[in-house]
Amino acid sequence: MIETKPWSRDAMAARLAHDVPEGWYVNLGIGIPTMVADHVPVEREVIFHSENGVLGMGPAPPPGAVDPWLINAGKKHVTLRAGGSYCHHADSFGMIRGGHLDLCVLGAFEVAENGDIANWATSENDTAPAVGGAMDLAAGAKRLWVIMEHTTKDGRPKLVERCGYPLTALAAVTRIYTNFAVLDVTAGGFAVIEMVPGMTREALQERTAARLAFA
Amino acid sequence: MIDKIVPDMNAAMAGVVSGSTILVGGFGSVGQPNALIEALIERDVRDLTIVANNSGGGVVGLAHLMQRGCVRRLICSFPRSSNSTVFEELYRAGKIELEIVPQGTMAERMRAAGAGVGAFYTPTSYGTKLAEGKETREIGGRMHVLEYALHGDVALVEAWRADRWGNLVFNKSGRNFNPVMAMAARTTIVQTQHVVELGALDPEAIVTPGIFVDRVLHVPYGDPVG
Repeated sequence: MIETKPWSRDAMAARLAHDVPEGWYVNLGIGIPTMVADHVPVEREVIFHSENGVLGMGPAPPPGAVDPWLINAGKKHVTLRAGGSYCHHADSFGMIRGGHLDLCVLGAFEVAENGDIANWATSENDTAPAVGGAMDLAAGAKRLWVIMEHTTKDGRPKLVERCGYPLTALAAVTRIYTNFAVLDVTAGGFAVIEMVPGMTREALQERTAARLAFA
Repeated sequence: MIDKIVPDMNAAMAGVVSGSTILVGGFGSVGQPNALIEALIERDVRDLTIVANNSGGGVVGLAHLMQRGCVRRLICSFPRSSNSTVFEELYRAGKIELEIVPQGTMAERMRAAGAGVGAFYTPTSYGTKLAEGKETREIGGRMHVLEYALHGDVALVEAWRADRWGNLVFNKSGRNFNPVMAMAARTTIVQTQHVVELGALDPEAIVTPGIFVDRVLHVPYGDPVG
C-alpha cells in the first residue's frame, strides 16, 4: 500500500501552474496563489496582472535591485517584464470586471459544491473586515480557480455543501486544487479529477463535507 | 497665463475645511500624497470623510491623520495591513465609521463621479453582505448591484511629473487611484516630485490631462518607504 502524502503548498502551486497555457492573462491572489508564478517557465508566456495597475508582472527583484515604486497587490516589490504596462485602478478593474482575465486564482476559507466562495471575512474575529479586490476578481474573471488546503488546521472540511462564512461571490469557482486532490465544480457538485498517490475515494470523502463524484 | 503651480502649502490647501470628503491617492505606501496629508493635520481640519484604499500604516500619513482624531468616517477596501494598528484601535473603540467597498467598485464609483455618471450596475458583490440593502437588477441574464458615484470635495494626489497646466504623469504602481481621484473631486490638489516646462510632457503619454487638476505643489521627497 502506498502511503498518502499530501502535496506541499509548492507542489499544489506547481500542479495548478501545469494547467495554465501560454497566452492567458492571470491574476494571482495573496498567499499560495502567488507561488503559482514561480512554476510557470518564463518561455511559456503567461501574463500576470496585479490589480494595482501592473500588467506583465515579473518575479521579485534580486536584492539590491528593488524599485520602491513597483509593488504588487500584496504590497511586495516586483518587476515588470518586457512588454508590461501600467494603468490606473479603474482601468485595472475594468480588465477584471470586463471579463478580460482568463483566470484568477484565489485562496479561500470555504468553497461550496455550487461554486460559492467565502474568502474575505470570518465572523469570529473583532478586526475590521477587509475585502480588497476579492469580490471584483471572483465575479469578473473568466475562470476562478481556488487553491487551498483540503481541511482547516483542526481538520474541518473546507469543501462544503453551503458556505458558513460570509460569501465573496456566488457560483463563481470552477476548479479547486487542494493538498489532496484536484476537483471540478460541476452541475452535479464536486467531481474529483485527480488525487494524491495513495489517497482513496473513501478517505477523500471523509475529509469533504459535500458528496464527491468520481470520474 | 495659466499657472496651477502654487508657491507653498498654504496656497495648496486654501479652502480645505472641516467636514469635507477627501479622496486620498495611494496603494500601500506607493503614490500616497503624504505631504498633503500632513498639511491636513497642521491645519487641524476635522470631521473628515476619507476615501482611500488602505487605512495607512505606522503613524505616518493617513494613520497619523486618524491618530489625531481628524477622521470621522473611512471609505476603503482594505483597512488592514501588517502595521495598521492606529486604525484598528480606533475601529474597536467605535471612534471611526467604516464603509467597506470592493476595490474595483470603489475605483469605478469615483470614475463615474468624474465622468458625470450618477450610478452604475455591477455584478461585483451580488449576493454578499456588501450588497445588502442595495438595488439589484438582472441584466443579460446576470444579477447586478446598483452602485452610486462617489464624489470628493477635495482630492489629494501624488504625481511624478507635472507642468503648469496641471498635466500629470505617474511613476509605475504609484499611478493606482490617483488619476480617478483627480477626476472625481471639486478641487484636486497635487503634490509632484518634478515640475517640468509646458510642452515637455509627451502629449501621447500624459495620464491625467490638466483639466482635472486645480493646484500643483512641488514636493521632491524621494522614494516611498515601507
